[in-house]
Amino acid sequence: MIQFDHVTFQYEKAETPALTDVSLVIEQGEFVTIVGHNGSGKSTLAKHINGLLLPTEGVVTVCGMRTDHEEDTLAIRQKVGMAFQNPDNQLVTTVVEEDVAFGPENLGIAPNEIRVRVDEALAAVGMSDYATFAVHHLSGGQKQRIAIAGILALKPEILVLDEASAMLDPSGRAELLETVSKLHDEGMTVVMVTQYMEETVGCDRVVVMNGGRIVLTGTPTEVFQQPELLAESNLVPPETVRIRDTLRTIGFTLSDRVLTAEQLAEELCPS
Amino acid sequence: MRDITLGQYVAGNSVIHKLDPRTKIAMMILYIVMTFLVKKIWFMAIPFAYLVLELILSGISLRYIVNSLKPIRFLLIFMFLLNLFFTSGEHVWLDLGFWKLTGEAVMQSCFLSVRIILLVAGASMLTLTTSPIALTDGIERLFMPLKVFHFPAHELAMMMTIALRFVPTLMDESEKIRNAQMSRGADFESGNIFKRVKSMIPILIPLFVSSFRKADELATAMESRCYHGGDGRTRLHQLRFQKTDLFAILITLLFVAVLIVTLVLFS
Repeated sequence: MIQFDHVTFQYEKAETPALTDVSLVIEQGEFVTIVGHNGSGKSTLAKHINGLLLPTEGVVTVCGMRTDHEEDTLAIRQKVGMAFQNPDNQLVTTVVEEDVAFGPENLGIAPNEIRVRVDEALAAVGMSDYATFAVHHLSGGQKQRIAIAGILALKPEILVLDEASAMLDPSGRAELLETVSKLHDEGMTVVMVTQYMEETVGCDRVVVMNGGRIVLTGTPTEVFQQPELLAESNLVPPETVRIRDTLRTIGFTLSDRVLTAEQLAEELCPS
Repeated sequence: MRDITLGQYVAGNSVIHKLDPRTKIAMMILYIVMTFLVKKIWFMAIPFAYLVLELILSGISLRYIVNSLKPIRFLLIFMFLLNLFFTSGEHVWLDLGFWKLTGEAVMQSCFLSVRIILLVAGASMLTLTTSPIALTDGIERLFMPLKVFHFPAHELAMMMTIALRFVPTLMDESEKIRNAQMSRGADFESGNIFKRVKSMIPILIPLFVSSFRKADELATAMESRCYHGGDGRTRLHQLRFQKTDLFAILITLLFVAVLIVTLVLFS
C-alpha cells in the first residue's frame, strides 16, 4: 500500500541527508509506529507519504501512485490523511463543523454529501456534541480529535499521525490513542510517528529510526527485546517492559507477551 | 476578550438576522447611497426611518447602537466645531468681529453630524446582526463575479476566515509571552507612554516569529487536506436567497425611490 524504495532525502542547505536509503513497505490495514529521538528522520519519513516532501533519490508509491507525479498529488492526499503536532496550527476555521468540512469542500463535494461526511466524521471521533462549538474553546485532546475528524471527512485509507500526541497532556494523549486504535480496528491503515515508546505497545509493527536510517523493525515484543540496539538510538523500552526485564533478572518467570501494566499484574498474580 | 472573534455580533433569531449576508451587504450599500443623496438635514428623515425600521425588526437594543457611536464621539465634536467655524453664510446670529456665527454654519454642522451618525449606525446594524463567518461568506459570493478581472475574492475570504480563527490563539500566545517576559523581570506597567510602547517590543517580536511558524504549519496542514485554491471548491453551508431577501431588497429600493421622488419634488 505504501512503498518506500531506497529513498534518500536531503533538505536544502543541509549537510547530511535527513533520510538515507530507506526502504519500507506498509500493508493495508497495518498499524505501524515509527519511533526515534529528535532529528532521527521520522517526521521527514512521514511527510514523504503524502508528497509534502519528495525524495531526492528513490521512489515513494502510495496505492500504486508515485508521490512525485504532480497530477496524482491530490488523489494521494485524499487517500493519506495527516495529523500534525500542534493542534492549534492545523484547524482552519473558527467553528468545529466548518473545519471538518474544509477537506471535502476542497474536493468539491456536494453540500448535502459534505453534511453527511461531517456528521459521520464527528461521530467517529466522539465529538458530535461539539459540532457548533468554537475551536478555541476546546481542549488540546479535543482539538486533535477534530483534526482527525477533518481528515476522516476526506475518507482516507491511510492515517498518518506526525507526533500528533506530542503536545497533549496525558489524558489528551489517551483520548487520541483510543480514537486511533478504534479507527484501526475498523480497517484504517495507521502510521504513527512518535518519540514515546509507550505509544508503540498496541501496534502491529515498530520501525525504529536513527540518523535517517531504519535500524530495527519488528513487532513491539521483538523490538523491546533489543534494549542495546534501542539504546544506540537513544531510546529505551517502555517502563513496564523494563520492570518486566528487571523482575526476570531477580528470578521471576514472565513471558515476552507482557507489555502493559495490566498484563504484568496478571502474570504476577494470576487470578 | 477571547470572544473578540464574534466582533460586535449579537446572536438573534429575527427576520434581519436570518437574511442572507449578501442581502444585508446590499441593503447597507443602498442605505449609504441614500445618506449621500440627501443634501438637506430634513430629508435625512427618510434614511433615519429606514434605520429605525431595521432596528425594530432586528430586535437589537438601542444600547448597542449607542455603544457603536462612542468611539467616534471626538471625531463628531471635531467635525461639528470645524464646520461651525469655517462655513460662511448670510444669516448672522452672532458677530464677534473676527468670526460670525451663521445659521448656515449651524445647519451644515448638524447635517454632517447626522450623516456620520446615520452612516456608523447603519454599518453597525450589519455587523450586529451578521456573524463574521456569514459576513466573510457573503463577501466572497458578492465578489465572485469580479473573478473575471482577477479579483482574488476567494483568497480574500480565506484570509479573513483564518484571521478570525487565529485571533484567540494569538491572544493566548501573547499572554503567555507576556508572562514569560514578566517572569524574567520585564516591566510593562511603569514609565511614560513611550517607555510603555517600547516595552511591548519583547512581546511583539516573539509573537511575530511564532505567527510565521504557525502560518507555515497551517499551510502544510491545509495542503495535506487537499487545499488547492478556490477553484472547484464547494461549501458546507450554502447561502440561499429566499423570499424574505427579495422582500427586504424591495423595501430598501422603495425607500430609495421615495427619497429620490421627495428630493426631486422639493428641490
